[in-house]
Amino acid sequence: MSSTPVFSTPFTSDAFRVKVGLAEMLKGGVIMDVVNAEQAKIAEDAGASAVMALERVPADIRRDGGVARMSPVSKIREIEAAVSIPVMAKCRIGHIAEARVLESLEVDFIDESEVLTPADEENHVYKHDFKVPFVCGCRNLGEALRRIGEGAAMIRTKGEAGTGDIVHAVKHLRAVTRQMKSLTLLSRDEWMAAAKQLAAPFELVVWVAEHGKLPVPNFAAGGVATPADAALCRILGAEAVFVGSGIFKSDDPANRARAIVEATTHWDDPARVAAASEKLVEGMKGIEAGKLVESELLQTRGW
Amino acid sequence: MRVIGVLALQGDFEAHGAALARLGVDSRPVRTAEEVRASAGLVLPGGESTTMWKLMEGTGIAEAIVAVARRGDPLFVTCAGAILAARRITSPDRNGLGLLDATAVRNAYGRQLDSAVVTLTDLDRSVLGSEPLEAVFIRAPKLADLGPGVEVLARRNGDPVLVRDGNLVAATFHPELADDVRVYDLVFGGAAARAA
Repeated sequence: MSSTPVFSTPFTSDAFRVKVGLAEMLKGGVIMDVVNAEQAKIAEDAGASAVMALERVPADIRRDGGVARMSPVSKIREIEAAVSIPVMAKCRIGHIAEARVLESLEVDFIDESEVLTPADEENHVYKHDFKVPFVCGCRNLGEALRRIGEGAAMIRTKGEAGTGDIVHAVKHLRAVTRQMKSLTLLSRDEWMAAAKQLAAPFELVVWVAEHGKLPVPNFAAGGVATPADAALCRILGAEAVFVGSGIFKSDDPANRARAIVEATTHWDDPARVAAASEKLVEGMKGIEAGKLVESELLQTRGW
Repeated sequence: MRVIGVLALQGDFEAHGAALARLGVDSRPVRTAEEVRASAGLVLPGGESTTMWKLMEGTGIAEAIVAVARRGDPLFVTCAGAILAARRITSPDRNGLGLLDATAVRNAYGRQLDSAVVTLTDLDRSVLGSEPLEAVFIRAPKLADLGPGVEVLARRNGDPVLVRDGNLVAATFHPELADDVRVYDLVFGGAAARAA
């Protein structure tokens, strides 16, 4: 929290501080995709810091196609009843009504996610209108700041969900970090031109230029399948990790989940990451993200 | 030189480190039993207590935290940290580290929609002064069944939210997410003075 706020009112409001506060509490942890109470329990027992409810994990969405929507209400209630850790849930990009339903179900965080089929090709949800915090994906700094401008209290990389290939999460983490570093080198005269080039709100560009980081927590998602993948995200500056298909599409979800939690905490200690990985068998087979054709990419949804 | 250790298994340990730095208190993140034992005092931060328990299992960290507390060094525990430190924990039921003579009731205010920034006015003025204290509550626990040796320093609607039990201070809210340093001064005033 900056002592000399440059934001207009929504960002210094108590409502926004409480949203970012929960994101702060999730740092250093692993947020796991789950489709039912049984998976949620496995995730909690493995040490997940939160679970993410969705209709189908990204690998299944990719395989089966069709329209991917918010998780059924009954499943969300079942997951909320099963665990004591925060429960997040995904809504479609721009689907204001799904977001409102999730808020009325008292989920702890909403992920306005490109993994689901977008409901609006131009607009994302105006997130300051909600009391529940939102997380959104990004591929670069401009996209991150546009989402924060709309009220996102947490940012994650998009990666390429459902592939088990970490390459695009790395690309997006590197891009955001590089662009933030570049901003800190600019003189004040150059800020507005940078805002124009990033297509990002000026006040947020100024904040990043002065602090060298995002004004909300910066997590990684998309293609994390192994403990080493999680450690890599932390090495590259992600403050926590989302794991989608990587756990429940592996042969041994409980052990893999536990190992990824361990590696996320001890990312800077290779011996601990090795020890965590020791008993693991086959991970998800995965798809090389670079071999996907443009129409198969999830990360290009939203802007 | 021994510095304050901030347990960095999961949660908002960086926010605590930044708050301590603002006070001029040196700290470092600690992730092993050895690092915990080598600390001049400890912070158990906010985060998810169930996650922290899993990451402490079989590491000796729990025993090391107890050892630091027993030798009289200052301990500051916030939210999830207060849950870890409690004698008893409910929902789910289990034993805590037993450093705070109280029961911690997890998620007692409800879900994230019930999180709030609250101005506390029911304060022990002899300890905290008369200025209201801004408190950020995030999916906060409540403290119940306080032992006879536990002093209540602040209340929210009658519920104790800031308490002291010997060398341990527990907050169910997050002083690390506010600018007011009075709570930190209460815990580390002595340590800061020694380091100076």
